[in-house]
Amino acid sequence: MKFFSEVGKYLKMIKGMFSKPENLKMYWKEFMHQCSEIGIGSLGIVIIISIFMGAVSTVQTAYQLTSPLIPKYTIAQVVRDTVILEFAPTLVSIVLSGVVGSKIAGELGNMRVSEQIDALEIMGVNTKAYLVAPKILAALVVIPMLVVLGAVLGIWGGKMAGSLSGIISTDEFNKGLLMGFIPYNTFFALVKAYTFAFLISSIPAYYGYNVNGGALEIGRASTKAVVVTCVSVLFADYLLAAIMLE
Amino acid sequence: MIEVKNLKKSFDGTTILHGVNVTMDPGQCNLIIGASGSGKTVFMKCLVGLMPPDNGAILYHGKDFVTMNVEERKEIRKEIGMLFQGSALFSSMTVEDNILFPLDMFTKDTKKEKMKRVNAVLDRVNLEGSNKKFPAEISGGMMKRVGIARAIVLNPKFLFVDEPNSGLDPQTSGLIDQLIKDITIEYNITTIVNTHDMNSVMEMGDHIIYMHLGKKEWEGTSKDIIFSKNELLNDFIFASEFLKDAKDMRMLEETGKVANERNMADLTHDDAPELVPPQEDEENPKKDQPE
Repeated sequence: MKFFSEVGKYLKMIKGMFSKPENLKMYWKEFMHQCSEIGIGSLGIVIIISIFMGAVSTVQTAYQLTSPLIPKYTIAQVVRDTVILEFAPTLVSIVLSGVVGSKIAGELGNMRVSEQIDALEIMGVNTKAYLVAPKILAALVVIPMLVVLGAVLGIWGGKMAGSLSGIISTDEFNKGLLMGFIPYNTFFALVKAYTFAFLISSIPAYYGYNVNGGALEIGRASTKAVVVTCVSVLFADYLLAAIMLE
Repeated sequence: MIEVKNLKKSFDGTTILHGVNVTMDPGQCNLIIGASGSGKTVFMKCLVGLMPPDNGAILYHGKDFVTMNVEERKEIRKEIGMLFQGSALFSSMTVEDNILFPLDMFTKDTKKEKMKRVNAVLDRVNLEGSNKKFPAEISGGMMKRVGIARAIVLNPKFLFVDEPNSGLDPQTSGLIDQLIKDITIEYNITTIVNTHDMNSVMEMGDHIIYMHLGKKEWEGTSKDIIFSKNELLNDFIFASEFLKDAKDMRMLEETGKVANERNMADLTHDDAPELVPPQEDEENPKKDQPE
C-alpha cells in the first residue's frame, strides 16, 4: 500500500509542475542554472568513467576472443555496440543517479527543512514548477548530451587501450567500427538516455521535496533517492530492452 | 483585516484546532501566544495557506482564502509577507538577491527601480551596506532583519512573523520587536506574530490571542493581561516567580494592590513606590473574554 501511496504522491508532484510560470525570465534563469549544475558538474566524472569503460571493454573482449578465426576488428564491433547499447546510457546514468540524484534531493531537502520552500509558497510561487520542473527539464537536455559524450569517449578509450596495449591497431579498430553498424542502436540509446534522465531528476526531487524533519532526514532522503533511482534505472533498462530490442 | 471563522484542523483523528474565531485589524500587532502544542503554529500555517483547514473560513478583505482558486490565492499571497523562525533566506543568494527575488518574480520594474527599493528597505531595517553579504556571513539578528526586509519589499498588507526572537539575545530581540511594531504602524499592515517571548507580549501586544489546546482561551491587550483572572493564561504568562513579581509590581503601580494575596513585603523595597489604597474594581477594565 505504501508503494502505491508513494507513487500517487510522486505523480501528484509531477502534475503540480504544470502551471503558468509567474515570470518566464526567472524560470529560464533557473533552468540555465540547473543545466550548468547538472551538466558541467557531472562532466568530469562522465569523462573519466567513459574512457575507462571503453578501455576495459576492449581489453576484456580481446581476452575472450581467443579464436584465430575471428578477425580482430570484431573487438571494435563488440566495444562499439556494448558501449552504445548499454555502457554509455546505463552506466553513465547509474553514476549520475548518485552524483545528480543526491545533489537534487539534498538541495530540495535542505530548502524544505529551512522553510525556504514555504517562503516561496507564501510569496505566491508554485514551488513544484519553479524548483522541480527546471531540474527535470535541464536533466532531459543535459543528460542525453552526457550519454552521447560518454559513448564517443568510451569508443575512443577502447581504441586507445587497444592501440597502446598492442591488441588492435587504430586502423583495424576504425574498420570494425564502420562494419555492420545499426543506426537504430543509437536511437535506442537515446530513448534510454531520455527515460533515465527523467528518472534521475524526478525521483530525487520527489524525495527531497517531501523531506520532513532535520539534517538526519535529509541524509536519509538522499540515500533513499539514490537507491530508488538506481533500481528504477535498471528496471527501466530491462523494460526498454524487452520492448525495443525484439 | 483578517477574519477567522470556526477554523478547525485535525491530523490522523487528533483535533488540533477546535473552531477558532478571531478578527485581526490593520495597523495592529496581533500576537498569538500559547504553550508548545497549543496549535498556534498550525493556526498560522492555515492562515497563510501552507495547510488546508478541515473546516471554517479565513477571510482576507472579506473573501474566503480557503475556497479561492489558485489564481485568486496567488493574488492574495502577493499581499502577504512572512518572516520565518529561521529567517528562511536563500542561502545561495546574497542579501541583495534575497530581497530582489520577490521584485524580480512579481514586478516588471527596471533594474534601477528595483535596486532603489532594495536599498530603501535595507535602510529601513538598518542594514545599509550589507547588500553583497551572504546569509552565512551575517548574525542571527541581521538575518531576521533581512527576512523582514524581504517580507516588506512588495509593500504587503499582511505580515506574518513566526517566533521573531528565537535564538536572539534580549537586546536584539527588543530591536526586532520594535522594528516589527514600527513597520506595522508605518505601513498600516495587519501583523500576526507567533511568539513565546513575554517581552514581545508586553511590548508589542496590541491584540493578544492566547491559545490553549487548540482553542482561543483568551484575547485582549498587553495591559489586560496584567489584570486578567484567567488562570490558564496567568499560569502560562507568569510562570516564574520573577514574572509573578513583575506582574504584581505593575499591578501595584497601576491599582495599588497585588494579585492572589501575595506578600507585598516580598515585592517592596526601600525605593519601591509608595503604596496607595486599592481602587474600586469597577475602575479596572475587565476584558477577559474566555471562549
